Amino acid sequence: MSLDTVAIAQSTPENVQPFAELGLKPDEYARIKEILGRRPTSSELAMYSVMWSEHCSYKSSKVHIKQFGDKAPKSDALLVGIGENAGVVDVGQGYAVTFKIESHNHPSFIEPYQGAATGVGGIVRDILTMGARPIAVMDPLRFGPADAPDTRRVLPGIVAGVGGYGNCLGLPNIGGEVVFDETYIGNPLVNALCVGVMKHSDIKLAKAAGAGNLVVLYGAKTGGDGIGGVSVLASETFGSGGSTKRPSVQVGDPFVEKVLIECSLEIFAEDLVVGIQDLGGAGLSCATSELASGGSGGMKVALDKVPLRDPSLSPEEILMSESQERMCAIVEPSKIERFLEICKKWDVTVTVIGEVTDGDRLEITWNGEVIVNVPPRTVAHEGPVYNRPMAQPAYIDEVNSQKVNVPMPNSAAEIKAAVLKLAGAPNLADKSWVTAQYDKYVQGNTIQAQPDDSGMVRLDETTNLGVAISTDANANWSYLNPYQGAKLALAEAARNIATAGARPLAVTNCLNFGSPEDPGVMWQFAESVRGLADGCLEMGLPVTGGNVSFYNQTGSVAILPTPVIGVLGVIQDVRTRTPMSFTSAGLELYLLGQTQEDLAGSEWAFLHGQRVGQSPTADLAREMRLIELLLEGNAFFSAAHDLSQGGLSAGLTEMVLRHNVGAVISLSNPAVDLLSETPGRVIVAIESKKNSQLQALANKYSIEISKLGTTGGDSLTINESIIALSELREVHTSTFPRLFG
Amino acid sequence: MRVGVITFPGTLDDRDAARAVVAGGSSAVSLWHADSDLKNVDAVILPGGFSYGDYLRCGAISRFAPVMSLVIEAAGKGMPVLGICNGFQVLCESHLLPGALTRNSDLHFLCRDQEIEIVNNTTAWTSSYKSGEKIVIPLKNGEGSFQCDDNTLAELEGEGRVIARYVGQNPNGSRNLIAGITNTRGNVVGLMPHPEHAINELTGPSAQGLGFFTSILNAMVK
Repeated sequence: MSLDTVAIAQSTPENVQPFAELGLKPDEYARIKEILGRRPTSSELAMYSVMWSEHCSYKSSKVHIKQFGDKAPKSDALLVGIGENAGVVDVGQGYAVTFKIESHNHPSFIEPYQGAATGVGGIVRDILTMGARPIAVMDPLRFGPADAPDTRRVLPGIVAGVGGYGNCLGLPNIGGEVVFDETYIGNPLVNALCVGVMKHSDIKLAKAAGAGNLVVLYGAKTGGDGIGGVSVLASETFGSGGSTKRPSVQVGDPFVEKVLIECSLEIFAEDLVVGIQDLGGAGLSCATSELASGGSGGMKVALDKVPLRDPSLSPEEILMSESQERMCAIVEPSKIERFLEICKKWDVTVTVIGEVTDGDRLEITWNGEVIVNVPPRTVAHEGPVYNRPMAQPAYIDEVNSQKVNVPMPNSAAEIKAAVLKLAGAPNLADKSWVTAQYDKYVQGNTIQAQPDDSGMVRLDETTNLGVAISTDANANWSYLNPYQGAKLALAEAARNIATAGARPLAVTNCLNFGSPEDPGVMWQFAESVRGLADGCLEMGLPVTGGNVSFYNQTGSVAILPTPVIGVLGVIQDVRTRTPMSFTSAGLELYLLGQTQEDLAGSEWAFLHGQRVGQSPTADLAREMRLIELLLEGNAFFSAAHDLSQGGLSAGLTEMVLRHNVGAVISLSNPAVDLLSETPGRVIVAIESKKNSQLQALANKYSIEISKLGTTGGDSLTINESIIALSELREVHTSTFPRLFG
Repeated sequence: MRVGVITFPGTLDDRDAARAVVAGGSSAVSLWHADSDLKNVDAVILPGGFSYGDYLRCGAISRFAPVMSLVIEAAGKGMPVLGICNGFQVLCESHLLPGALTRNSDLHFLCRDQEIEIVNNTTAWTSSYKSGEKIVIPLKNGEGSFQCDDNTLAELEGEGRVIARYVGQNPNGSRNLIAGITNTRGNVVGLMPHPEHAINELTGPSAQGLGFFTSILNAMVK
């Protein structure tokens, strides 16, 4: 194909261009022509198509997610907010922490190992780009039914990809989720979270300031992988026929990324960059246009200087390639020599590809001929915005008006059977088969990891300052009531870190939904965003950033609305944390919170094929009192464990099996007490002499408490029902090996 | 007592190893793979990780790093050398230790708390332990299955050069449950599990890995 330059574009206005194949709508194409006052060159068309994709432009979600800013609570902790690569929060002692979740759902369905691996790689570079050393990852995952043939294809590959990449980077994996539901068949969700730490003064931003400063590309060479990943893969619904789209999935090289991390941190430590951006979705198109529009707008790039793995790549392909492990920095000329030296030390390929200019146009040349001349903001930030039609789907009234009708256990034998059924259910079973493939020890600062309620890492070995993170979603509740579902997920994530003694500080999110072109899905999305924004305002927690993943649907069947909420908190001294379980006999177990008959959306209802009824209503004022109680109780609790999916039954199972210490439990209404999933409940273990202290706290914060029983023995005994720990363990731990080998 | 900790491109547990060296009472000295001297260290640790991405074979590229020829020379003169995980793989590729580490028998990366038994406490790195002492430290690798031919195995067993064995079920298919071995002189030790991740109960499953880092002081006192 011959080179399409700006000059040619001006002289051939009538050339037919393949905008639809690149994912652009006719009106979007018309708008590009209006912005430029001519038809775009093929390179410009390539840039606009990837940057205006749903994935990059947030065109369907923008009108909704701006609530996170509009309703943001006042927070002194927020150092960098939404809009940069990741938000940054102040955690004290001069430290700042940055964290974010991103989705890599569509690539992971097509090519599970590489899709998941590059999902980890991408979010790690986002964190690095802020100037931080990445210190841990987490991975909330969702799959089709555990016994579905395609799940056996997808799950082992995704788990191996998350592990293969993260382990090789030397990042401890400290938690996540593994959830199964039939709506995720064909649409597995791979969400990856990374957290990084830096000093306040080290924060870096994506801006190209200062005319004459150099645009430097460093890291891996550019190849033909991942071309159009954001537009072809992430912004469309897959049909049943057609090509597999595998070439649109990037291929990762974690070794190159590990070297890139160390090289970048050395560069940052010597303060050698003015601005920096990683190359992820939309590759160079994104990095150059975002850096330029972060500054005054002017930038010149000689695209032919980009080092290539495949010399046959066209300029359009180079602009769209999503080859991994690349970074783009803005460097003052006086510092370039040292910059190049450090890259040489780490054997990192580095090339000066352009410079910042004092104009307001992004100009890209190919062997001297101008192939792109655009106002960068129109590419990066002024994409189309849609206020898509939305309507409450018909199913809502239908399912809300029904009542859950499931068998409830009564006799000792039935209670035992129910506890065992939940203990072995794929959503609640032991996840060691997954987590054993992840390195949780590397860096030597991991305080808590799966199966704890939250992941916790130490930031400072001298002061023992640490952070805790939890990610949660309850898609069953979100399906029944997306507004409440989002609030409840937020409350759960906050509670999960408070049980360990960490104070919630900030929120990130990964909003996974079906097609925004379906008004029902759009309504689910809008309600979820409204719920999360309202919830964050009420709990005083700022949203620091997030990610939207649409088009998670096959044909007309969308996934359950799945807003994954991540909450980060701070603990002043990690040595004081409360563990999730007890190691000795003779402790008293209490339930904080009152159990209602909340079976709608519960695991017990799910196991009986029912997704009907009304979700619980979040009481965030009460959740905040509970959090305060937990933080104060941290001083004397022997153990604390959040109750969520699987209710008290699952919570007790996890606690007794953790250190092989049983418990004797007495319940007045065992069926509901064990199976209900009323939110805002926590089991705590205390020494009996601390009894009055707990009662005083409960009174102070108006939280109901009730005694469940005592720890000890080699069984979980519930009223007359005796379950040997050995039997419970066998059921709990055999599910994953049986399913996945 | 100066203990060098080598960083190859792709090394991950170097900072952990340095921390453990300090906790064991020595000072840690960073060594870079391209260094041309050992900075007067008294002992060297090759930490875990994925040096050079484990491309070709684990440790196969690192053995050619400039610093390795110095390590091989020093080891020949009796300097204590400990290779942990990827470091063990590098020592095998460098022929300082016999055998090879291959894919785990179940083909998965495996990270877990592993009980091992110290069966030779006469090496430079195991003298703080009692013979037969059982400790729990993290095991984390994808290629940890120790393999060698029958003659080598007979030699290792016959000369008491197996220094640690896995207790219970074989986690990775290693011959004779071998978790670590030493050379004939007892100064070079390769160990698959990670004692540097078990120096306190806050960040590890136990503090029982510390013995490897205190043993080295005994070795010097001798």
